[in-house]
Amino acid sequence: MEQVIVNGLYLGAQYALIALGLTLIFALMNVLNFAHGQMYVLGGFVTYTVYGRWHLPFVVALIASSVTLAVLGALIEKFLFRTVIRRSAREESTMLLAAAIAFLFDAVILLVFGEKQRGVPKIVDGVLNTGAIIIPYDRVLVAGLAIVFIVAFMLFMQFSRPGRAMRALAQDRVAAQLMGVNVDRYSMVGFATGALLAGLVGGLLVAITGVNSGIGGPISIKAFMMVMIGGAGVVGGAIAGGFILGMLEAVGLSVLHAYGDITYLVIFASLMVFLSIRPNGLMGKPWG
Amino acid sequence: MSVVARLAAFLALVVALLVGVPKAIALTGRVDLYYTLTLTSLLSIASAGVWITFYIGRINIGQAAYALTGAYVSAILVSAYGVSFWLTVPIAGLVCAAASVLIGLPILRLRGVYFAMVTLVSTEVARLLALALPITEGAKGMVNLPLPGPLDIAGVTVIPDFAHLANLRLGFYLLSVVLMLVTFTILYRLVHSRVGSLFLSLQQNEELASSVGINIAYLRIIAYAVSSFFGGISGAIFAAISQSVYPSSFTVADSVNFMLNCFLGGLGYVVGPLVGTFVLRFGWDLLFQAEQYQLLIYSIVLIGLMLVLPNGLVSLVGIRRRKAAR
Repeated sequence: MEQVIVNGLYLGAQYALIALGLTLIFALMNVLNFAHGQMYVLGGFVTYTVYGRWHLPFVVALIASSVTLAVLGALIEKFLFRTVIRRSAREESTMLLAAAIAFLFDAVILLVFGEKQRGVPKIVDGVLNTGAIIIPYDRVLVAGLAIVFIVAFMLFMQFSRPGRAMRALAQDRVAAQLMGVNVDRYSMVGFATGALLAGLVGGLLVAITGVNSGIGGPISIKAFMMVMIGGAGVVGGAIAGGFILGMLEAVGLSVLHAYGDITYLVIFASLMVFLSIRPNGLMGKPWG
Repeated sequence: MSVVARLAAFLALVVALLVGVPKAIALTGRVDLYYTLTLTSLLSIASAGVWITFYIGRINIGQAAYALTGAYVSAILVSAYGVSFWLTVPIAGLVCAAASVLIGLPILRLRGVYFAMVTLVSTEVARLLALALPITEGAKGMVNLPLPGPLDIAGVTVIPDFAHLANLRLGFYLLSVVLMLVTFTILYRLVHSRVGSLFLSLQQNEELASSVGINIAYLRIIAYAVSSFFGGISGAIFAAISQSVYPSSFTVADSVNFMLNCFLGGLGYVVGPLVGTFVLRFGWDLLFQAEQYQLLIYSIVLIGLMLVLPNGLVSLVGIRRRKAAR
């Protein structure tokens, strides 16, 4: 059982980091970023190239992943989302745009990096074995880093100037603008930060599970689920959702193992029941 | 356009689709077009369903769940119970409508992205259920489904046995196109009826609609049930055409595509999903020649269209008319 809980925590730390980026973009722009999983995959491939192929230090690779995605995110916000939001009669149009961007990312990733599963050499060797739990050191390191990044992100949102501006934007766009917040600039910063988080966690996980061009869609769906569990657009909710989903997955895989491959069926079904009872998730604002 | 002009245009479309297209295909010998056109017609029926949910202001990314359910209902009834295919099509639609009422009662209270995400999850639930249930034969899928048999009404053969058809492709083409025309006629009537205006009031402001005495919960369920009915029948016919159904026959990607069809065609126009499905489907097939760049070009064109025409392709007509009026 200890092993299951540790696995759940490990999964949860990564999931929370993925969900944070998605929820940030949602809170600021009211955009459901379909391309989030693809951004994650791209981050993974950048780290694979820099660390796995060019043999530069892992930290450099992580920075490369983050910067690439942040720049891409900023460009996408400035030239695509902003234009569509301004021109379209219905705000749902951003979903079409996000889905098309997801297709575009899929196509680019497939063309540039191919369809093979890619992995990198282990970042640290060895296994932590305390008797009750067995966990490789590289997973400990990745989970630790993920938690460090989560804390850093929360501190950034809480105390820095851009963080405060973004929180104001998420609360009330018009009021923030009236208080002198540069709405356009901080929308762009927010989107870039969300994309950065996706790239960062993609780079982290390539060290453990590797990456291939087809996993973007499933990752997006998982991220949507975490955000729904916690409540869309709430930082605390995304973290809670990430850890809850990680835990459910770990427990489900060990408990429901005997009944075949139904863990996800059970999780999905219970999520639908949960949402019909509590539509705005654990801590979301009503009607997101 | 006056009523007479509209009717004439519609009749011209019917004649073109039922007589003109088969003639043109016979002349050019491009029989492969039958399959594309059949598939596109079926997809446009499912997209029409999604469009109705858009019309009441809900983003539906779950149509593939109902298409899959419809396909399995028809396949199971035909192969395991020997029910006539023609009977299974409305049954499949009704089963989907009933399922959507059950699911819709709780989830239609959700709005915006919450509803969108739950419907997205429901697509996955349908696929995983198809994998897990014994009756659907898991990942193997149901194969070798029989072709539709004859349909007799009061001793008169209305539709001949598909197994003895000289031109099976033409048979399926006519079936899908007729159904598509019926679907969009129903959709047009629905939107321009009293219920249609009530639907529109839901799209604009549910609280306000509720406060003037409109039963919004009831209307939402009706719209969602009609939507799922369309999804179910298109899935059922799809299973008959491909003579097989797998858990992966309709996936999240299809759900997203149904949504894209509506968006691209235009959410404010009844013919939006029809135009969107045909343009997207044929565009995708045309790009087949671009080989590995197919998806790249397709997505760039999609993004471009989105930037230039964010309100859909059909909005072009409106822009021109507004300019002419000026």
